[in-house]
Amino acid sequence: MLTLEAMRIEAGGFRLAADWAVPAGARVALIGPSGAGKSTLLAAIAGFQPLAGGRILWQGADLGPLDPGRRPVSILFQDNNLFPHLTVAQNLGLALNPHLRLGPGDRARIAAALDRVGLGGRGDDRPGRLSGGEQGRAALARVLLRPRPVLLLDEPFAALGPGLRADMLALVRAVAAEAGALTILVTHDPADARRFAQTVAFVHAGLAHPPADAAALFAAPPPALAAYLGRE
Amino acid sequence: MAAGGVRWGPAAVAALVAAAVLGPLAAVALRGGEVAALAPADWAALRFTLAQAAVSAALSVLLAVPVARALARRRFPGRGLFVTLTGAPFILPGIVAVMGLVAVFGRSGWLAAGLAPLGLPPPRLYGAQGVVLAHVFLNLPLAVRMILNGWAAIPGERLRLAAALDLPPGAVVRHVEVPMLRAVVPGAFVAVFLICTTSFAVALTLGGGPAATTVELAVFHAIRFEFDLARGAALAGVQVMLCTAAAAAAGALAAPSGLAGGLGRVAALRPRGAWLAAQDAAVLVSAGLFLALPIAAVLAGGAAALPVLPDAVWPAAARTLVVALPSAALAVAGALALSGGRRRQAAGMLPLAASPLALGTGLFLIVFPLADPAAVALPVTVAVNAILALPFALRLIAPARAEVAAAEGRLARSLGLPPAAVWRLVILPRLRRPIGLALGLAAALAAGDLGAIALFAREGGETLPLLVQRLMAAYRMEAAAAAALVLAAVSFALFAAFDLWGRRADA
Repeated sequence: MLTLEAMRIEAGGFRLAADWAVPAGARVALIGPSGAGKSTLLAAIAGFQPLAGGRILWQGADLGPLDPGRRPVSILFQDNNLFPHLTVAQNLGLALNPHLRLGPGDRARIAAALDRVGLGGRGDDRPGRLSGGEQGRAALARVLLRPRPVLLLDEPFAALGPGLRADMLALVRAVAAEAGALTILVTHDPADARRFAQTVAFVHAGLAHPPADAAALFAAPPPALAAYLGRE
Repeated sequence: MAAGGVRWGPAAVAALVAAAVLGPLAAVALRGGEVAALAPADWAALRFTLAQAAVSAALSVLLAVPVARALARRRFPGRGLFVTLTGAPFILPGIVAVMGLVAVFGRSGWLAAGLAPLGLPPPRLYGAQGVVLAHVFLNLPLAVRMILNGWAAIPGERLRLAAALDLPPGAVVRHVEVPMLRAVVPGAFVAVFLICTTSFAVALTLGGGPAATTVELAVFHAIRFEFDLARGAALAGVQVMLCTAAAAAAGALAAPSGLAGGLGRVAALRPRGAWLAAQDAAVLVSAGLFLALPIAAVLAGGAAALPVLPDAVWPAAARTLVVALPSAALAVAGALALSGGRRRQAAGMLPLAASPLALGTGLFLIVFPLADPAAVALPVTVAVNAILALPFALRLIAPARAEVAAAEGRLARSLGLPPAAVWRLVILPRLRRPIGLALGLAAALAAGDLGAIALFAREGGETLPLLVQRLMAAYRMEAAAAAALVLAAVSFALFAAFDLWGRRADA
């Protein structure tokens, strides 16, 4: 259970509040207009954004004192998910040994993870030689190697075409299911949200609404969401 | 939290740098507290320092504008080489430049040989005019690079707009180029001024006497020849105030960087017309000859004199390396430690307030009661050069460090990489280029240094620059030319080796 307990973020004139919880293993989408604070909410859960009030808890334990790397969280950003000067295999290896002292067993696991995301044999390439979609796959493969119970996705596939994005989301679903991870996806696209998530949280006007059942929400959206979706 | 141990390290380095700068300066202040120790000649030295620096900076910048303009708007074979060569004086030791200038402009130099058949007297190189000539030679290229950067930074849109409005050339100058120059020239002027106020090697070899002594040179004379420590310290204090004021002015003007940056593209600004083309060609050829001839003279004179290469060159070369390598390593290690935060970077800029002789004097005052200064000449020279190179290294490394932190810092933190792994796997590989460049510059600067070493070393303990200077002073010009060639080779080899290592990044 991930709990946002009377959580408040303030930065300059920006404010965001949330007070809800989602169960382990769930798939949640965050939708809402640009600048509403979707990415900021993810950054707060990942530990990059200090809170102005309230707490964020995982299985009842406060995450506040933990550095980003110590939280039970994997996060994929919009870009810069791979170190450009390391090979793909080395990037994955960081999940197994942060000093990159990798044994034969580690190498085998890296190769298997790359196979799993359809990048078999690309381990020696630098990220610059990979397409946008392939870079996303490589980052997902790293998540596979060090599964953490919460997976945060900050529009990592926003630059991909619709078909490729659907493929990637299917892969994310599979990876999250394998790891049993709670997955929170930030997206602009209601279709992505519907396809991927069981529940959808609408972020608007300083408030992250509690996640609601995706099908029901889109069937009868409240006025603000309807306006965002462009429906009268 | 593991981060506690990491933050402690840079703070310690910052404190160490502050102590290394402020300690000697405090020793200077304690010993030279009373300005009464200054003689009328010392005030003359201060006036000469300011005057020659102002004239040198003004001439360098004035001459640099047409050169930079010609480089900005022309494309010709060898242009890249020309721009690269304007970087050479950063690494050319001052004493070597002086050797070259003497060979070209000296009493029996190339220019005198050309004038003699016309019945004209040889030029007079020694004195104020020689000091200014050498400073223009050493700093014109720096000014050209800074101003060329200014031209390269003119937004293409503005030139497109000027073209779309079909502005005549005069209007382009007035609305596009003059505003850029107004922004860039003051910074270039102050940067050159600052360098010229701390000039020692040039003043020592071409200046001197009541009419052409700089404060740095007066410090050296007071300590080395008159052994008047109080006066030396008072002069060093004057030098520190001078440096602080000039550095503060430079900081306020945000001196443009001549070290890095794209000097490649300014194609949109190409005027037609044979007259303008001839003008640009004349400017570039004159500037090229002015800069290349002394270097050619060092190479030719040194090569011809190699048979009389004194044996003392090899131990001096070894001492030079013993100074240059640790000094470069210390400067870059310090810059890496201090590159992570604004307040730490401020600590790294402290050395700008000091000069080689001021720091050397402070260390002399500290060491003298405890030990024989000559015995610690090399460690002191290492320390002084490491400290003085730190701001340059920091300027090269800090922006790249900030870029890496912005692009990949979050990723490293989200993966929970321990600090040692972040350094080894992320920061060092990503910073390899600026680290290589900074190591090369720091090593070349230290190899060419003629400041602290001249204050401390005794006969038989010379580094190459000091050996060249002493051979010159003894009128052994051939031997000096040969040693100068070896010194130039050592400096360029050090720079090239480190810089090439850095460029192999991401290969």
